[in-house]
Amino acid sequence: MKIFGSEITSYRTYLNRRKFIKASFVTTFLTSMSQPLFAVHETNSDAFKNGLDPDDTLNKYYEITNYNNFYEFGTDKSDPANNSSLFHPRPWSITIEGLVKKPMTYNLEDILKDVTLEDRIYRLRCVEAWSMVIPWQGFPLKLLIDKAEPLSNAKFIQFETVFRPEEMPGQRRRVLAWPYVEGLRMDEALHPLTILSTGLYGHDLLNQNGAPLRLVVPWKYGFKSIKSIVKLRFVEKEPKTTWSQTNPNEYGFYSNVNPAVDHRRWTQATERRIGEFYRRPTLMFNGYEEKVAHLYQNMDLKKFY
Amino acid sequence: MILSTKVVKLIKPLLFVLLIIPSVFWLYLFVEGRLGINPIDKLEDKLGELALRLLILTLLISSLSKTKYLRALQILRRMIGLFAFYYVMLHFTVFIAIDHFFNWQFILKDIVKRPFITFGFISFLLLIPLATTSTNNMVKKISYRIWKKIHMLIYIVTPLAALHFFLLTKANKIEPIIYLSIIFILLLWRLYSKLIKN
Repeated sequence: MKIFGSEITSYRTYLNRRKFIKASFVTTFLTSMSQPLFAVHETNSDAFKNGLDPDDTLNKYYEITNYNNFYEFGTDKSDPANNSSLFHPRPWSITIEGLVKKPMTYNLEDILKDVTLEDRIYRLRCVEAWSMVIPWQGFPLKLLIDKAEPLSNAKFIQFETVFRPEEMPGQRRRVLAWPYVEGLRMDEALHPLTILSTGLYGHDLLNQNGAPLRLVVPWKYGFKSIKSIVKLRFVEKEPKTTWSQTNPNEYGFYSNVNPAVDHRRWTQATERRIGEFYRRPTLMFNGYEEKVAHLYQNMDLKKFY
Repeated sequence: MILSTKVVKLIKPLLFVLLIIPSVFWLYLFVEGRLGINPIDKLEDKLGELALRLLILTLLISSLSKTKYLRALQILRRMIGLFAFYYVMLHFTVFIAIDHFFNWQFILKDIVKRPFITFGFISFLLLIPLATTSTNNMVKKISYRIWKKIHMLIYIVTPLAALHFFLLTKANKIEPIIYLSIIFILLLWRLYSKLIKN
């Protein structure tokens, strides 16, 4: 019997095939074993510990996805997880407008094609004096800004959350002036710590965490990290932001984490890390002082709170 | 139909059990670690909220029991008032012992500097004389006239407690506004009936 050369499997292909069979076996095994999502994520949390500060431990996936301030879905901490099932984060488009060379509406998929998602572990400090440590996935906001090519007179960016009262029950009542808007100064927006996040614990963002795309600015109070973003507007003057409009005496534009500057109604000197018993002292710029203090060098932070 | 004293006396022990259950239940859940993701805040909030509701309930009973149909409700007022004090005490204890873990310097500063805590604290202090003069013996000792004067403090305690809640609420103020309105209406009602009497 004659055997053609083409019929002989090369040793390399043979190895690859073994690998494939092995891999598919493992996949099948794992899929059959898989449990509800949060269980998998908690047991896998070790995979996300790279770059975790020694004083911190990661919060559980369950904690991060069930204790949220996202008033679009209700004002209770459990409301976002309970009331967001009707929300459709895909398809999703983002409009970039204002002082840019290329105003445009992008499909989220098209933006994501051009970026590499990175792991970032950040502390999140809420203005209500609680905090968490979250393993985000995302990309630097700078990448999107560069795409838009801002004009030289663009000094600030205003961000806007989607307005869909039919999918976001909290928006049916005017608890805040919808849509939610937030803002950053251009140098803050370009800072390498500032990211747009698409996921956490290796999982796409859940609706309650601001799916499909949210801002994360780790040295500012949590409400600055606007969720479910549909618009970026490049402007010359400091834009209005929802909380500072609601209560200008209590929430400023900058809202940097600062233990020395109290909120009007409560102290910011300490915080409760979710999952811990004792309060911790709050760190200047939420512990990112070394990286961001230069942004505010000649500013009176008591005045620009 | 006039509510009979008998019925109210029958309800009283049931109400006692009903009012003590939340505290036992919440403390149990807290110790078990089943009071949500931020259990300390939750425990503090729940205790405070029930305390405020019970304070408003005593006000309501005072007013309702002025009508001849519901006079019998008066039998419940002291117990509910004392339960309000019980929940305020628990709320305050959680604030001191768990939330701030006896960090006195911090706590004192908070009480002085934060209006919402100041109001809550004053409300708590003013409630102490009411609780301590609640027994029959005490009423006899200090005379009914003085007792009545002391217990007028409830008209300061309850609005302050509601204000405490109003001020700590960030945006969704519906619940504290409802409480404040009920208190306001009850106060007006009391004023009105006093004027009519004179």
